[in-house]
Amino acid sequence: MPRYSAFAIARDAFRQHSGWTQAWKSPEPRSHYDVVIVGAGGHGLATAYYLGHRFGIRNVAVIEKGWLGGGNTGRNTTIIRSNYLQDPSAAIYEKSRALYETLSQQLNYNVMFSPRGVMMLAQTEHEKRGYLRTERANALQGVETRFIPPAEVKKLCPIIRLDGPRYPVLGALWQPRGGTARHDAVAWGYARACSDMGMHIIEQCAVTGVESTDGAVSAVNTTKGRITCGKLGIVVAGHSGALADMAGFRLPVESVALQALVSEPVKPCMDVVVMANTVHGYMSQSDKGEMVIGGGADGFNNYTQRGSWHHIEETVRALIETFPMISRLKMLRQWGGIVDMTGDRSPIISKTPLGNCFINCGWGTGGFKAIPGSGWAMAELIAKGEPGPLAAEFSMTRFREGRFIDESVAAGVAH
Amino acid sequence: MLVLTCPYCGITAEETEFKPGGEAHLKRFGPGSTDSDYEAYMFNRKNPRGVHFERWRHAYGCGKWFLAARDTVTLEVFGTYTAQTTTPPADLVATIAQKRPDWEGLQ
Repeated sequence: MPRYSAFAIARDAFRQHSGWTQAWKSPEPRSHYDVVIVGAGGHGLATAYYLGHRFGIRNVAVIEKGWLGGGNTGRNTTIIRSNYLQDPSAAIYEKSRALYETLSQQLNYNVMFSPRGVMMLAQTEHEKRGYLRTERANALQGVETRFIPPAEVKKLCPIIRLDGPRYPVLGALWQPRGGTARHDAVAWGYARACSDMGMHIIEQCAVTGVESTDGAVSAVNTTKGRITCGKLGIVVAGHSGALADMAGFRLPVESVALQALVSEPVKPCMDVVVMANTVHGYMSQSDKGEMVIGGGADGFNNYTQRGSWHHIEETVRALIETFPMISRLKMLRQWGGIVDMTGDRSPIISKTPLGNCFINCGWGTGGFKAIPGSGWAMAELIAKGEPGPLAAEFSMTRFREGRFIDESVAAGVAH
Repeated sequence: MLVLTCPYCGITAEETEFKPGGEAHLKRFGPGSTDSDYEAYMFNRKNPRGVHFERWRHAYGCGKWFLAARDTVTLEVFGTYTAQTTTPPADLVATIAQKRPDWEGLQ
């Protein structure tokens, strides 16, 4: 695989850019792999990458029913942060954020990580007290955050309105090292690196069944034939319930639609990410100039990748109150992704009742930021058969044991 | 937009008038049950792609809880019925079976 560099671009300019090769290969599946990962989104590809990179396991296939990165990896609002209240969450999200910092160099692929800073607005006294508590928790966890007063919010984000009629801005939890990255590039970069290690990435290949022998997984049936495997990793987000059903167990997960939308591109006006959790909306500006907007999730089980219309109205209404200057912006596109919500709004990285079958799901509304850390922890779980320190707390048995990692209380909403 | 009919007051309205309440017909387990039964009752859900029986509340109307059968992929509502039952009405099950021949049925 030729390395990408400024020199490579200059060299290829002299041959009309005819020398570029496909970034990852599209092979036909073999009949056996040591590890099969279901789901070629960010989390699945990162899992495969760290299996090869950290543990030398390279006889790996990543199979995907659609196209690579076409699920939630390509449907999120690209926010990266790690200002969580609970220790296990802060540990894995901070690991992930730290991995993002050097990911472009590591993968030799520009994921356009932009540590522009993320602020979460405090718009009620209750929310302010909550963030002051999170600030102190983050200090103990080694996550750099700071509660900033309204004047500093205005300085960092001049287009914001501090004295809205319903919810004035009382301050914000500011994480200067948070930011955004190019979502597709994260999937493409991992895919290229996996392919470079000799792994197979098989798109347009749906899993139709899971076979087991003596209580352990032995093969998966797919639309491209039967594939035997030593170990199986299920990393399919919103469709985890369907895969778990094939593998013969149930999950504490419900799937709902979460929406996002983008405006027409405008000149640079906002160089931070702002999340307003009380009014349920968040916004940042993409490198193309579009305002990227996310909001609330549906309350009912839903696989439509569309979402309910009234959520858009609520989100846009809230954001216009916070950013009056966007009131006449036209919206270009709206879409939905199917997010897998657990009871405590924290993910599952776990062994399953089926031997040699592992699952990584339940990232809910906040999976993109976790891609590198999630892959790092999941790869360790698959390679060793036992979770490492990052994954241990996220076992699916925590629900039986009453060991919740309750981010639904800590974060309240979309994250 | 999802449109539901409340079986109690007969009003047909958009989803904003109702509140979703999750999977219906859960068998309750309480003190004295095994850990796995209690865990399954509290947390594990069918979460199917397709036919789903679920609870709704006519929150901004008559206030009653009722039940609905809905397709989670197409959002088609097969029917709604009162909550004073532990199984869906037979005619509703027959309607769903006719509309979704590959539905695996009540489990």
